[in-house]
Amino acid sequence: MHLERAHHHAWRKIKSALASGIAFVSAVLVITPLALVFFHLVINGASSVNWDFFTKLPAPVGAVGGGMVNAIVGSLELLAIAGVIGIPIGVLGGVYLAEYGSARLNSVLRFLADVLNGVPSITWGVVVYGLVVLRFKGFSAYAGGLALGLIMIPLILRTTEEVVLLVPNGYREAALALGVSRWKTIVHIVMKTASKGIITGILLALARIGGETAPLLFTAFGNRFWNHSLSEPIAALPLQIFTYAISPYDDWHRQAWAGALVLVTGIFCVNILVRFLTRGRGAPVV
Amino acid sequence: MEVATAPASKAFGAPGEPASARQVMARPSRFGDKAFEWLTCAMALTVAVLVILTGWELWIGSVGAIKKFGFHFLTTSTWDPVADQFGALPFIYGTLVSSAIALIIAVPLGIATAAYLTELAPLWIRQPLVSLIEMLAAIPSVILGLWGIFVMIPWLRDYPFAWLKRFFGWTPLFSGSIYGPCMLAGGIIIAVMILPIIVSVSREILRSVPDLQREAAYGLGATRWEATRIAVLSYAKKGLFGAVILGLGRALGETMAVTMVIGNTPQIVASLFQPGYTLASVLANEFTEATTDIYLQALFEIGLVLFGITILVNLLAQLLLRTIATTSATRAVQ
Repeated sequence: MHLERAHHHAWRKIKSALASGIAFVSAVLVITPLALVFFHLVINGASSVNWDFFTKLPAPVGAVGGGMVNAIVGSLELLAIAGVIGIPIGVLGGVYLAEYGSARLNSVLRFLADVLNGVPSITWGVVVYGLVVLRFKGFSAYAGGLALGLIMIPLILRTTEEVVLLVPNGYREAALALGVSRWKTIVHIVMKTASKGIITGILLALARIGGETAPLLFTAFGNRFWNHSLSEPIAALPLQIFTYAISPYDDWHRQAWAGALVLVTGIFCVNILVRFLTRGRGAPVV
Repeated sequence: MEVATAPASKAFGAPGEPASARQVMARPSRFGDKAFEWLTCAMALTVAVLVILTGWELWIGSVGAIKKFGFHFLTTSTWDPVADQFGALPFIYGTLVSSAIALIIAVPLGIATAAYLTELAPLWIRQPLVSLIEMLAAIPSVILGLWGIFVMIPWLRDYPFAWLKRFFGWTPLFSGSIYGPCMLAGGIIIAVMILPIIVSVSREILRSVPDLQREAAYGLGATRWEATRIAVLSYAKKGLFGAVILGLGRALGETMAVTMVIGNTPQIVASLFQPGYTLASVLANEFTEATTDIYLQALFEIGLVLFGITILVNLLAQLLLRTIATTSATRAVQ
């Protein structure tokens, strides 16, 4: 009897250890792709990331060399346009959810923002195609920037709301008691206190849309040369990577790997910066 | 204009505050306040506008195709732009099958990982692992697709696929020849894309399980795994389901990586080694090639179908996750 019980106990312990082992293996499997992707990016891309890559236009098919300077600059221009649209709307909207509004309206808006965050990014490409490209009869940097900006809005809105809610009420009360008007209290005291968190949210949103390809396919469209006007098609790093990756040319594949390495490095740098800004607090992933 | 009785908010205006005091305080010009409130309100309302605008724009764009093909659009499987024949069934099929494969892979792995991160792992390893998973989430889809084309597919073809064919080749799922780009490869790459979100949401859910649950289980002499299974996982069942549905929403809309590895052939076949096509992929590939109006309208309708499906799935996920949040909050209060 006694022995049997001990036996049973040992078996339960073994089972527990086994389950922990399986869970550990799962965790390793989940991060394996990260390690492999990074490994192959460095192996295949590092040799093609050189001075030419950052200074030259893409070479014609067949010619070796060339770079992606137009795509890098194009991506930055698109991010700037997206930021002009997405940051003010997202930040101020988030402030509204945290500071004003009825509980009911706010929960509906919060709900809609979460739902929008789950809408596939290519949908925004289709919508902007109908809104801008068809209407103005052409692909343009504006259209691409708008598509990216729309993706940013719900992302920034939610992160801003979260951090503004964290500001202690005492700060607001102190300012109001001194006779500061409510909007000045919000702008100068509340938003300033939460500025680190707001900037974190903005940076994460920029890192996220910086790698977006699908919404740009039929808005920004891509361009093998310099973009001279924002109302014309513009190159973007993720788009160029896509075009090169599905092409049949070895030299373009090399360029795709190099572009991917540069893009991932940029995105990881922003993420590390964010981690630095939010030390001690878990950064939102979604 | 009654300025003094502006709606009380969460941040200001304690409940028992005498009205007269507020009226005295409210004398100075409040134009700036009103303007700022309306400005921020307008910005917050853009999310509602965006949902309506998106639905409207997709509807307007596809109304011609909806009139012409009606319900047949969703139930026929001929996609022939040259003959103006458009049936979306192969894309719907491809989207559902590739997402199902992704969930079959990602759900057990994701939930096991979340359980490891909150319950089973040594404390020092948790934060580094979480950071790594956040980095995986930050990898753009197109880069995963690039890796998929040049690294994952050749490896899959030579080892796991060959193995599957050898042992399960007699089933329809793994019959036929292996090309490389195929439904199974598409499902696997989607699994990689949705794992981070399933892990991070499941982890939040498991973390919100009250410690009392665990203490009760340990108090009864449960081992670590028994406590996890009985007190934590079964307690969090509904929330974990929400996490899975959220992952499904992302899987259905995954575009670039899938487009690069699934083979892009509109067909409905049992074998997972055969190329497939998804709703999002056909948009990515054919949108700029749509030369006729009806072709473009058919693609808009694909977009509308995709939007409709993902909105519904995300609504469901948010509802599931929201009830969890409120119930655990009420419990905390009690």
